[in-house]
Amino acid sequence: MRRIRAAAAVAITVSTLAGATACGGGSEAGGSNESPKTLTYWASNQGPSIPADKKILTPELKKFEKQTGIKVKLEVVPWSDLLKRILAATTSGQGPDVLNIGNTWSASLQATGALLPWNAKNFDAIGGRDRFVDAAVGSAGAEGKDPSAVPLYSLSYALYYNKKMFADAGIAQAPATWDELVADGKKISKNGTSGKWGLGAEGGNLSNNIHQAFVLGQQHGADFFDASGKPTFTSPGAVAAVKQYVDFMGKDKIIAPGNAEYAQNQSLSDFSKGKTAMVLWQAAASTFASQGMKPEDWGAAPVPVQSGTPGKGKNVNSMVAGINMAVFKNTKNTKGALQFVKFMTSTDEQKLLNKAYGSVPPVTAAQSDPAFNAPGVKVLKDTLSNSAAPLPQVASESQFETTVGTAIKELWADAAAGKAITTESVKAKLTKAQQQMTQ
Amino acid sequence: MTATDTTSQVPQAAGDDVLKSGGARGRFPRIPDRIRRGGLPYLLLLPALVLELLIHILPMIIGMVMSFRGLTQFFIRNWSNAPWTGLHNYRVAVDFDAPIGKALLHSFYVTLGFTLLAVGLSWLVGTGTAVLMQENFRGRGLLRTIFLVPYALPAYAAIITWAFMFQRDNGLVNHVLHDQLHITDKPSFWLIGDNSFYALVIVAIWKSWPFAFLMVMAALQNIPRELYEAASIDGAGLWQQIRKITMPSLRPVNQVLVLVLFLWTFNDFNTPYVLFGKSAPESADLISIHIYQSSFDTWNFGSGSAMSVLLLLFLLVVTTVYLIFTSRGRKTSDG
Repeated sequence: MRRIRAAAAVAITVSTLAGATACGGGSEAGGSNESPKTLTYWASNQGPSIPADKKILTPELKKFEKQTGIKVKLEVVPWSDLLKRILAATTSGQGPDVLNIGNTWSASLQATGALLPWNAKNFDAIGGRDRFVDAAVGSAGAEGKDPSAVPLYSLSYALYYNKKMFADAGIAQAPATWDELVADGKKISKNGTSGKWGLGAEGGNLSNNIHQAFVLGQQHGADFFDASGKPTFTSPGAVAAVKQYVDFMGKDKIIAPGNAEYAQNQSLSDFSKGKTAMVLWQAAASTFASQGMKPEDWGAAPVPVQSGTPGKGKNVNSMVAGINMAVFKNTKNTKGALQFVKFMTSTDEQKLLNKAYGSVPPVTAAQSDPAFNAPGVKVLKDTLSNSAAPLPQVASESQFETTVGTAIKELWADAAAGKAITTESVKAKLTKAQQQMTQ
Repeated sequence: MTATDTTSQVPQAAGDDVLKSGGARGRFPRIPDRIRRGGLPYLLLLPALVLELLIHILPMIIGMVMSFRGLTQFFIRNWSNAPWTGLHNYRVAVDFDAPIGKALLHSFYVTLGFTLLAVGLSWLVGTGTAVLMQENFRGRGLLRTIFLVPYALPAYAAIITWAFMFQRDNGLVNHVLHDQLHITDKPSFWLIGDNSFYALVIVAIWKSWPFAFLMVMAALQNIPRELYEAASIDGAGLWQQIRKITMPSLRPVNQVLVLVLFLWTFNDFNTPYVLFGKSAPESADLISIHIYQSSFDTWNFGSGSAMSVLLLLFLLVVTTVYLIFTSRGRKTSDG
């Protein structure tokens, strides 16, 4: 009897733990197809919701089917699941034929060898590499290697500001430097006593933390990785950049402490409600509209720089953000997949899709459409072509987002709790992050 | 593969024989007869065994093999090609002076504290309520049903509701503590910083006490009423009745209950993941999340597997020690 009970308990332990050992193994095969007349496509969730995405994409897929006779099976995957799904597909070899990836993952996914490399021949099949904006292709894989994906929607950061709050505080124009931004922010937040705040942040969102730290790092001359791809998170420039960002809350008191726990775009709702005067965001227009703001209520300006004006070189003021389109190497239908990528990156489709999503077409010919010269979008477009830089295209980019993004999240928590943020405390967090990278 | 073949063939063969021997009733066909005598129990167990093997044992063995390899994103596509690194992953995991080992040890302590607190309080609340519910009063059925709600709710939906309530600026918790009762002098953070540990404990207790309640209540109903009647005739008070009748009768149930709660809570993944997302605050960095982050967010599956195996060993040791200890105690109290 005793032995049976012991065995039962061991069995419970073992089965409970098997979950831990094997967790994440649940791969949902997208079903790679045998027949050349169908394709499976994993689209990332771009619009306000998954049904909205389906509504935008389905007519286009029908159009493609009419042209080529190839039926595309669409699945819209939420962002939070996408990378896990891709990893599962990579491990099992059972993936979709064509998929969207976030462009910051390009080099990490390239390293797995699961994606079709875009060599000259494949680029020729979709009309040539020179149809695309250079910076966008540059963010699709490690330097010196064939890109692992093709740019589909491009995005960059802009500074969005609430016109009425600016006018109320007597601010005539959007800040061009960080000093001006802090000064303007203080006029609005009055050291946190006015109930209104200068700037919004998403402290709990690791990727967003990374994007801001990267841009500030570039302005301080830091890259976060050296030429051989080794992490340099603790370089003086990187430390200064992270400190500058967190200081907006801790020292300058222009960010509300509550923003330290934001991760679900709450800073955008605060902006729409007139609680926060500025946010640094990629293509926020449609969100503002959905939260009841009129286009004339807000303005968009380039993200500030340390001094002077944005431009090439040190005055980078955005990462090259965007969504890329990749072909799974395992596909049994490479030809059809290439045809589909060609269709999605054709000038007409580019105009149509990027308009629907509020992004900028990475295809040069499509950018001439007047829609992309509307005030909000023009800032994004100009930033992309003049002063944006891709995040480090290294295989360990994904780890970088996790470790450094977490370090910044912890610093936000400290700042929100009123603990002092010093160069040493920033450096300690970044040292820990860097040590976690090298095993 | 072969196992499945045998299972699918046997009933078929049996069916054939039955058809063939249609007239000769009463006489068992030759092959099933032999199986019936010797192997039938094993045959019936086979499907369960195969599934157990596929679902639990095999992934565990794969996980153990992975833990000896340098499995990173470079090899994930063909993971059997990942270089053999021997005990390297284990050495890194238990090197408590280096950052990875240090972080693992930290999350181990956090998990231990969290588990002891959450299991202890869940058990206390569950048992207390179960004892109170023994008395017959109006509305008892309704109360019992309400108590089981946390147990019946889908974990994700329930925890996300807690996450909303714990929000600093708009959450119900701060609204009550700060705005209404004025206990705190300014709204506190619950989802970041040091308080997140307590937020985690509260949600875990809320989630698991109904199970304790259910188990204890079932056990209490099995205690014969006569025992209490006899005891009260002999002059035993309430406390003595609890100590001499209730607690000993609950012992076998408690033994399993505490073990199961311990294992569930120690491995709890849903609660921290839904509350904090993929990177939990340091004070609430439970080991399950920590291992998840080590494997899936930093793409170091080998290292993550090694940590899982270490966790498995730890829990096996704890379970064994616990069982030896409790059954010894049981023996002396019985005999």
